[in-house]
Amino acid sequence: MARIDLDLAHSYRPNPQKDEDYALLPLKMSFADGGAYALLGPSGCGKTTMLNIISGLVVPSQGTVKFGERDVTRLSPQQRNIAQVFQFPVIYDTMTVAENLAFPLRNRGVAPERIKQRVGRIAEMLELSGQLDRRAAGLAADAKQKISLGRGLVREDVSAVLFDEPLTVIDPHLKWQLRRKLKQIHHELKLTLVYVTHDQVEALTFADQVVVMTRGRAVQVGTASELFERPRHTFVGHFIGSPGMNFLPASVLSGAPAGAATLGVRPEYVTLAAPHASGAVAATVTQVQDIGTYWLLSAALADGSMVRARLSGEQTLPQVGEAVWLALAGTHACWYGADEELVA
Amino acid sequence: MNIKPVNQKAWLLILPVVICVAFSAILPLMTVVNYSVQDIIDPERRVFVGTEWFKAVMRDDDLQGALLRQIGFSLAVLAVEIPLGIALALAMPAKGWKASAVLVIVAISLLIPWNVVGTIWQIYGRTDIGLLGAALAKLGIDYSYTGNATDAWLTVLVMDVWHWTPLVALLCYAGLRAIPDAYYQAARIDGASKLAVFRFIQLPKLRGVLMIAVLLRFMDSFMIYTEPFVLTGGGPGNATTFLSQYLTQKAVGQFDLGPAAAFSLIYFLIILLLCFVLYNWMQRVGTADKEQAHA
Repeated sequence: MARIDLDLAHSYRPNPQKDEDYALLPLKMSFADGGAYALLGPSGCGKTTMLNIISGLVVPSQGTVKFGERDVTRLSPQQRNIAQVFQFPVIYDTMTVAENLAFPLRNRGVAPERIKQRVGRIAEMLELSGQLDRRAAGLAADAKQKISLGRGLVREDVSAVLFDEPLTVIDPHLKWQLRRKLKQIHHELKLTLVYVTHDQVEALTFADQVVVMTRGRAVQVGTASELFERPRHTFVGHFIGSPGMNFLPASVLSGAPAGAATLGVRPEYVTLAAPHASGAVAATVTQVQDIGTYWLLSAALADGSMVRARLSGEQTLPQVGEAVWLALAGTHACWYGADEELVA
Repeated sequence: MNIKPVNQKAWLLILPVVICVAFSAILPLMTVVNYSVQDIIDPERRVFVGTEWFKAVMRDDDLQGALLRQIGFSLAVLAVEIPLGIALALAMPAKGWKASAVLVIVAISLLIPWNVVGTIWQIYGRTDIGLLGAALAKLGIDYSYTGNATDAWLTVLVMDVWHWTPLVALLCYAGLRAIPDAYYQAARIDGASKLAVFRFIQLPKLRGVLMIAVLLRFMDSFMIYTEPFVLTGGGPGNATTFLSQYLTQKAVGQFDLGPAAAFSLIYFLIILLLCFVLYNWMQRVGTADKEQAHA
């Protein structure tokens, strides 16, 4: 077990020229020993590539991967002692559940009593104890995925356990349970976990640190509240949150900091204000939607840009077509430069 | 109450099928049945003999010999072609122009007509001008597929292996390509050896195509006729006389139509029985797989 340091770039093409040729643009990143990380981003953002580079299934075209002081860039997954769980359950059809779980240990020549002990423990954690002697091929998809997770967790000396969207095939209610299980296992086993997902809820509830990625770049690493309160990049503001952050030209408010081109405000922090209140702008309501626990109000500013606000149903809501004043300024307002990076 | 309308005209619509099947299958088969229970002395004179031909055929030493040779040959074909086909498929490149090139080369022997295969090997095995025969003779091996029974049998077997192993290899190759990459990646992560990957991933995933390969090769080799007919003519002696050749000798060579008909019915029943057994076995394994997937 050790800290994992990446300092690399990767392209699946032989001679990368433009940024688009890279699956991962040059980046530096560290994963602390025993941390729970999530790589979050849309499809094709490079998160799976990064995961496969950590595990050793892919060798980066430039740069190095270090586990502690050891350079493991060209080592195989076995040599790196990594466990990885894939999107779709991979089980060995002809083996029983117990044999499946024991397989990674047996391949490494662990003593039979020790194997039995570990398999028993992991099966108990994942609630597979009752099915240990059944043939794995006969089980349902979620049980199969639990076996895959179990095979990832069964070795206690692994450098890290990597998950590549492991809950995609699982039913929503089981997903919730399994995610809690993983979190609990993380606390019990103190393993380094890296979890790839495109689901922000999954990432934010699972991980201590979330790495938000887009187009081969890691745009921000932070806790759930950091990502929510101070998105470092407009992409983070847009991708995290439901709905995402409002982005408006900086000129809508006076007092924009130097270099700011865009103002970002979370819909959660947009409130109704008295006419001509400071930090408020005039807008015309275009839509009021009931989203269950809150109301989503959409309004157009004078320059045509749209603002959305999450309002509780307890206050009197304006009607469509009504003119309102919306408070935007405040501690939650974020300012972004022309390069879409946070400036203030 | 729901009363179905009665419309006997529907029978008219299946009449064409009945006629086609009757002329192509039922009538010829009935002719064979007819022959099998009569002693035909000449076209005008015939005697009903009941099950006599069947009894005689079952007691016939030559036929028992041919049947045993046939079973031995089919089993040998499976024992060689299945493992060899798997090995070839594993060794074939997975992608790129090399994969296309290898596929074409491997498929060549499948495109050659049976009788040409026989002729190729007839020349190939000759000790005077054939590459194989001459090379063996140069090595000091006394090889002759026309004179030595073992040599003849082995030559027919090797010829069949040469002709049909590519089919097994292509089936297995398709099966191997259908295994998702995640399985290989997971196996690497789990630290599995190459042997373990084969034993626990590739072989189980190939089960479906292997069953088809076994069925095809067993049935085909059980009915083998043309290649040994061209190569050895069933000889020397009757070392390479397999069932269909024995049958042809009886029917066309000696005009023993009664025994030949009786035997072809038995042959037909053997193949029907084997098809039935194999088909049911495959169906059962297939549905078991499906149930597992839905469980």
